[in-house]
Amino acid sequence: MSNSTFEITKEKEHEVRATDAMCINESQQDHKWYYNFKYLITGVLFGIVFVKAEVISWFRIQEMFRLQSFHMYGIIGGAVLVGMLSVWLIKTLKIKTIHGEEITFSDKKFNKGQIYGGLIFGLGWGLTGACPGPLFAQIGVGATVVMATLLSAVAGTWVYGRFREQLPH
Amino acid sequence: MLEIIKQPWPWYVAGPLIGLTVPALLILGNKSFGISSSLRHACAACLPAGIPFFKYEWKKETWNLVFVLGIFLGGAIAAHLLTNPASIKVNENLVKELAVYGITDFSSMVPTDIVSWENLFTASGLIMMVGGGFLVGFGARYAGGCTSGHAIMGLSTLQWPSLVATICFMIGGFVMANWILPIILSL
Repeated sequence: MSNSTFEITKEKEHEVRATDAMCINESQQDHKWYYNFKYLITGVLFGIVFVKAEVISWFRIQEMFRLQSFHMYGIIGGAVLVGMLSVWLIKTLKIKTIHGEEITFSDKKFNKGQIYGGLIFGLGWGLTGACPGPLFAQIGVGATVVMATLLSAVAGTWVYGRFREQLPH
Repeated sequence: MLEIIKQPWPWYVAGPLIGLTVPALLILGNKSFGISSSLRHACAACLPAGIPFFKYEWKKETWNLVFVLGIFLGGAIAAHLLTNPASIKVNENLVKELAVYGITDFSSMVPTDIVSWENLFTASGLIMMVGGGFLVGFGARYAGGCTSGHAIMGLSTLQWPSLVATICFMIGGFVMANWILPIILSL
């Protein structure tokens, strides 16, 4: 196989992986597996906040959708504000990763899936009282039956992938 | 200090902390915050079945699977070491509304009167757990992200398609919680 064909396949692989995904950044560095430990720690801290702020509570989500409490709006709003400010700082100060790599951002293209999929996701969110992140944390706090919900969410993802071509986008 | 940590955290502490996940992942390794992708990587790893959408090197996204494993562990740590024995304090109107459907136990993060192993195969339990999970997984991928990817990461980077998705998430949730859920709970 010539070098150029290899490049094309590599590009195509990246394209497939990047489809409808947020986490697509290709690292130029080849790290050892234990470098993933830093993401484990981030996840642990994130999970603790989820539990302590009751973000993973089915009742808090019901309050949000019934406009009975400001709590969840404050959390999402606060997170977005801090996120925006951080991204702006990273871009303005050209902050690099701890390994000296450039931090990159990719634009999201609009397609009708964001409407149809968004509405379907919202219906599910109102039922389970949990988006994908809280599902993992709910299992962690000991609500083991949520494993059934998570498994079903994986099944939903698989069915989407299977019928992706037939769905309007 | 530990006593303060054990209390439920207010929104103005938790919101910014959750927002800090965005720069943390970017600075740690140029990773964009997104959780529902982990479900896709699980499909790609376990059952790609020759489907083009799942034919990619999921191993390059191992970090994402490690991150969600961390969320699971974080939940376990918070529940065992930082726990607050009191039940969650919710709006009185919600307490009254839910009592009509026999939901009176507020001690867990999930409504254990319906969401439990015993109720997994009752009509309302099956719809809420299995049906709800399916909609979350299907919808998130169809929309190209979930609350983390669109509402937090997408809005932080000023992506208008993410705003569209976030508004649709909210519409779907309002419709379900106010109009459809009452019917399911009375089954």
